[in-house]
Amino acid sequence: MQADPRGVLTGVHFMDGDHACCEGALAAGARFSAGYPITPSTEVVERFAARIPTVGGTFIQMEDELAASIAILGAVWGGAKAFTVTSGPGFSLMMEHIGLAVMTETPCVFVNVQRGGPSTGLPTLPAQADMMQARWGSHGDYELIALSPNSPQECFDLTIQAFNLSERFRVPVMFMTDECVGHMTEKVIIPPADQIEVYPRRHTRVGPADYQPFQPEDDLVPALAHAGEGYRFHVTGLTHDERGYPAMTAAAQDRLVRRLQQKIRRAADDLIWCDEEGLEDAEVVVVSYGITSRVAQRAIDLARERGVRVGKLRLIVVWPFPDQRIRELAGRVKALVVPELNLGQMVREVERAAAGKAPAIPVSHAGGGVHRPEVILEAILEAAR
Amino acid sequence: MTAEIPVLNPVEPFLRMDRMPHIWCPACGIGTTVNCFARALLESRVNLDRVSIVSGIGCSGRVAGYLRLDSFHTTHGRAVPFATGLKLANPSLHVVVYSGDGDLFAIGGNHIIHAARRNLDLKVICVNNLVYAMTGGQTAPTTPVTALTTTAPYGCHEPSFNLPNLMEAAGAAYVARWTTFHVRQLTRSMTEIFQRRGFCFIEILSPCPTLYQRRNRLGDGLDTMKYYKQRSKVRHGAPTSEAALTKEGEILVGKFVDRERPDYLDVLRGQMQAQLGERYVEVEALTCR
Repeated sequence: MQADPRGVLTGVHFMDGDHACCEGALAAGARFSAGYPITPSTEVVERFAARIPTVGGTFIQMEDELAASIAILGAVWGGAKAFTVTSGPGFSLMMEHIGLAVMTETPCVFVNVQRGGPSTGLPTLPAQADMMQARWGSHGDYELIALSPNSPQECFDLTIQAFNLSERFRVPVMFMTDECVGHMTEKVIIPPADQIEVYPRRHTRVGPADYQPFQPEDDLVPALAHAGEGYRFHVTGLTHDERGYPAMTAAAQDRLVRRLQQKIRRAADDLIWCDEEGLEDAEVVVVSYGITSRVAQRAIDLARERGVRVGKLRLIVVWPFPDQRIRELAGRVKALVVPELNLGQMVREVERAAAGKAPAIPVSHAGGGVHRPEVILEAILEAAR
Repeated sequence: MTAEIPVLNPVEPFLRMDRMPHIWCPACGIGTTVNCFARALLESRVNLDRVSIVSGIGCSGRVAGYLRLDSFHTTHGRAVPFATGLKLANPSLHVVVYSGDGDLFAIGGNHIIHAARRNLDLKVICVNNLVYAMTGGQTAPTTPVTALTTTAPYGCHEPSFNLPNLMEAAGAAYVARWTTFHVRQLTRSMTEIFQRRGFCFIEILSPCPTLYQRRNRLGDGLDTMKYYKQRSKVRHGAPTSEAALTKEGEILVGKFVDRERPDYLDVLRGQMQAQLGERYVEVEALTCR
């Protein structure tokens, strides 16, 4: 399906990542956002608040992030495409409703413009330290999808993808950007609406009499109905059966939680999305994502100038993690170098997927700035030795 | 086979009979309130396809699951902000929040005062049983001073909320209180809020015989009904400042507040129209394709 032209600001723009993210959401069809101000993410909803009355939709500033993160779920069941935007401290408060969105299979997008933590940390400076929280922060077993952009252009493009994936899998999608990308201003090209592909809502085609709200289709994803259409369905955060009714048994739990996991895992090959370069003959591979991938690019270029065969693997979809790809690379390279703005998060995934075939070397940075390329270069050279 | 069983109770069509029996204890008041609500749906002649009900967590949080409406059983304390998003996405829906005192006023306290302040058109029904019942009878922000709970084994020493007063102060357009003894009056209030636009609040004092009345030696279900009957005083329009509840004192009931306040969406739309003129795109619902 093509994008609704009302939300698409076609043209060439000079725009920061936060604003580009907002434009991506509008292009994807988001017509509702609930937010709570938090640096360095606020520009996204400020732009949405200014733009949405002229597009046809609603913004509401809620009393806190708990409220914002569940107001968007209410809006989705009311028929809207919806998202919320935050940074670390607010993201912590939103964990409750990431879980509810997973459990109730509510398609929605959570944007996290990451800053330094823990706690209040560094409100105006970057980090990539919420990557594991995005994956595991809400209680219980679940799978979801997370994306990591490294430019304002990708903030636009990947926000559309985030909405599309959330609709396709009926899962909350984490949009894991950071202060640097959020506040970086670059050229952003917004194509005409008819060149933007939008995944439609998986609305049921059967009538109320035959409708089972959580009866999965072939890809394990059920079709939904909106409130007010006569379906009179029930949705609960409790473990439930296909009718949506609470089912308090181990068998029902196993059936539901495995399906919620498998609908993502079974599609993982299709979901994996990496930006790769020079991997064919690489002796060292730099695995990076987000802003760090741009610093890593400089280090890779410098290493190549010195004759080191170094490849690039940039994670665009971070969760699910590209286990197979890493395992395959680990079997034929000397080492995997993993720079990130945290004290070692995704490097653990790289290490797990490499399964001892090659070392995963962390290049950690506690946040508040970005790496110096020389630091990553040094790690590459050391690994190649 | 079920088609051959005659409908004996007029509220059955409003309930998910395939989920019966419900989880509530004998002499619990929640079922009585649901009965009144179903009758209010009947009497208000509202299109049931256009009514959504949202609950939080707790015994009263289970109400949504038993009503044959679009029904949402959300997280603890967050029914009101969920309802806010639902209503804003499709303002033509009647959105009812049905939950308990702990859910709405402890963990959800911040949300409900802001919802009342906004005066978004939500109908909030609060079953007040004075304790956290689902978890076994712990102190709630409504527990009267000196009452025994599992977390106040020597008696509650904290002052409790006066819910009508709090809701009026926060901006609710309609505030009423009844007990589960006052089924006709309660049904009338529940019917009435479907005719009101704005944030409406009804508190229902309701027994928890298992965890409140028994622990406090207040007798059985029938004794509670007698207490409600004898000590309730109907005073419509009474100042909500006089509506505080005590352990065994008088219970002020009635419709305390029924006032016109600008509706959230009317104000929003008016302001956008004034500021943006023709650039403002007003839509009836945010339904995506």
